[in-house]
Parts: sequence; C-alpha cells; structure tokens
Amino acid sequence: MINELLDKLFQRNVPLTSKEEAKQRLKLVIAHDRVQLNPGTLELMRKEILEVVSHYVEIDSKEMEFSLENDDRMSVLIANLPIRRIKKTLTTTTAIEETKKDRS
Amino acid sequence: MSRIIVITSGKGGVGKTTITANLGVSLAQLGRKVALVDADFGLRNLDLLLGLENRVVYTAAEVIAGECPIEKALVKDKRQRGLVLLPAAQNRNKDAFKPEQMKELVSKLAQNYDYVLIDSPAGIEMGFRNAISAATEALIVSTPEIASVRDADRVVGLLEAEKIQKIRLIVNRLRPEMVQLEKMLSVEDILDLLVVPLIGVIPDDERVIVSTNRGEPLVLDERRPSLPAIAFKNLSRRLEGEEEVPFLDLLAAHDNLLTRIRRLFQS
Ligand SMILES: Nc1ncnc2c1ncn2[C@@H]1O[C@H](COP(=O)(O)OP(=O)(O)O)[C@@H](O)[C@H]1O
Ligand SMILES: [Mg+2]
Repeated sequence: MINELLDKLFQRNVPLTSKEEAKQRLKLVIAHDRVQLNPGTLELMRKEILEVVSHYVEIDSKEMEFSLENDDRMSVLIANLPIRRIKKTLTTTTAIEETKKDRS
Repeated sequence: MSRIIVITSGKGGVGKTTITANLGVSLAQLGRKVALVDADFGLRNLDLLLGLENRVVYTAAEVIAGECPIEKALVKDKRQRGLVLLPAAQNRNKDAFKPEQMKELVSKLAQNYDYVLIDSPAGIEMGFRNAISAATEALIVSTPEIASVRDADRVVGLLEAEKIQKIRLIVNRLRPEMVQLEKMLSVEDILDLLVVPLIGVIPDDERVIVSTNRGEPLVLDERRPSLPAIAFKNLSRRLEGEEEVPFLDLLAAHDNLLTRIRRLFQS
C-alpha cells in the first residue's frame, strides 16, 4: 500500500518517456478522429448532460471528468461525475418537470 | 481463387511501395503467380523499386482507354518467374480514373494470377478510393511514429466502412534499440492503439535503401540474407496462411551484432 503510494507520488515527478507521451497523445487524438466530434459539440454535450444530472444530484464540477476513450476500436464516452450530495427535496417526477420547464 | 490485396497507409513515405515490391518477389519465390498494380497514378514508383523502369511501354492508362490489351502493358520480371507489373500512368490526368475501371482491370488480372497486390497512393482522396475499390484484403503499413499511427487508424476506419473483410497491420522501420530505451512506440503499443491483427514487423535497415538504389528488391538476393529480407519472407509466408511463423526477435538480432563487434575488439 505505502509502496504503491510512494510509487505514485514518485512517478508524478518523473517525466514521461517520449514513447509514453506519444501513446497518450495518440489515444486522445484517435478517439476524437474515430467519432469525428468537434470539441464544440463535445463541450455542448458535456453541458447538457451536466444540466440534466444536476436536477437530481449536486455535482462537484471541479473534480468531474468528461472524455472520449477507445475500447477495442469502439469509442466510449466517459463521464465521471463525483456527487457532492443528493438533492433530497426533489422527487423524480418533479425533477423531470423542472427539466421540461427549463427547456421550454 | 485469386487474392486481391491493397497495401495502404494514409501517410506517405512509410514503405508501401517497398513492401509491395518485396512481398511480390517473395510470393513469386514461393511459386505463386503475382501481379503488382501501381495505383499511384501520376507518381509512379513501383517500376523503379523493381528496376523495371526501362521496360515500361504501356501503362494502366492505355489499357483503360482501350488503346492496348492488358497483357501488352504487363512488364514481366526476368529475374523472378511468375512476377509481373502493371505500371501506373505517369502523365495522364489521374482524376479521370474511376473505381469501376480499377475493378475491371483487377478482375482481368485475377483470372490469371494467384495474387493481385495493389500499391496505394498516400492520402484518402480519389487515388486511395480507386486503389481500395477492387480489394478484398488490406495490409496497413505504419511506422512507429505518431502521425503514421494516427493516419493508419483513419484508414482502418475507412476500410471497415468499405466492408473490406481482412485488414492486417505491418509495422515498418522499427528500431529495436530505440524501443528498448522507450524512445519509440513498440509494436505492442501500436497494436493497443489500432487493434488490428499484426502480420509483419520490418526493421529499419539501410540495406532497404541500398537495394532500392539498385532496383533490386532485397528478397531477390538469396545469397546474402538480411534481417529485413527474412522479415519480408516471413510476412509472405503468413499471408500464405502459415499462422505459426514466429516473429523475429529484432532486439536479439541487434544484440548479436553488438556482441559480435565487441568480441572482435576483445580478441
Ligand atoms: N524498413 C526500412 N528501412 C529503411 N528504409 C526504408 C524501409 N522501408 C522503407 N524505407 C525507405 O523509406 C522511403 C519511403 O519508402 P516507400 O516505399 O517509397 O514509401 P511509400 O510508398 O509509403 O511512400 C524510401 O526511401 C525507402 O527506401
Ligand atoms: Mg509509394
């Protein structure tokens, strides 16, 4: 455990090898090439998803991650949305109604 | 049934033409009848790499225009039985050429040859479209460089959309010593990214360049076998269906050379 932690901390200070850097950059660019989404569309999608989810739960917007990745030539959209707290006052139906109101 | 294989990459200068030439010779050495088609219209090079440039009279353009029968345009390789080249047009308007015409050319060749290998131009435009139009299999060439891998991925996507069933990867110009120092993407890294089955790994070797200077594909020289020539031959055997041909341990080969040199200095 401690060793792992130390390794991780240690790794942070070691610059990536040039091949690791190439690989990581390629992963990202290939994922985007494959779905042919432009950054604008992706950003719009992120906003809308966040908007919907925020009706039910409070999201930690600093910690959230939103990215495209590859899984065996299949592109996957990864949204990691850490929940701060559940909005207790809202029932499912009122949340949906709120969404509808926002849209109109 | 004849096999129709396009050699393509997206990016230029990664070794498509070099691989087409060596693979063609090597398959013919295995007793197959092989027709090589230079589909790089306007930038004809396959004839040069094969050392056949002085024997080109007619090209695919005259065949398409109906000015000469296909047999007359084919250049036979006198050094290697069973190998012929259909040269590309050098000066005709390359955009006047259509996929339908490519399919017609290739289907004529398929009647008489076991393999039709099509050397694709770089890019993903019309020339590329023509080159892949008749193929049922594809060999994707990538070097261990970032731009080449990205372009290869684009091309794989396009080939899948065209319903080309068999797509396999050749990694060219690998430098094992750089891979060992983590200064170059490894074959495994590239496979992780592209997720296409591997069929060959060709080392970066100056003898490849020397052989093209002479117009003699490396695999022709059977008296002095070189590592890249063995890699080309293994590639053709895998293409023939020998699944269990092992991949060369390029680093070990490299080490051997070093240790040999060291030993030389020690004695
Ligand atoms: N394995 C290799 N080792 C060294 N040089 C190579 C290798 N493969 C290709 N080359 C060189 O790279 C250059 C481009 O090769 P070429 O086959 O013309 O690429 P392409 O057809 O993809 O444009 C040529 O100069 C060739 O000699
Ligand atoms: Mg070429």
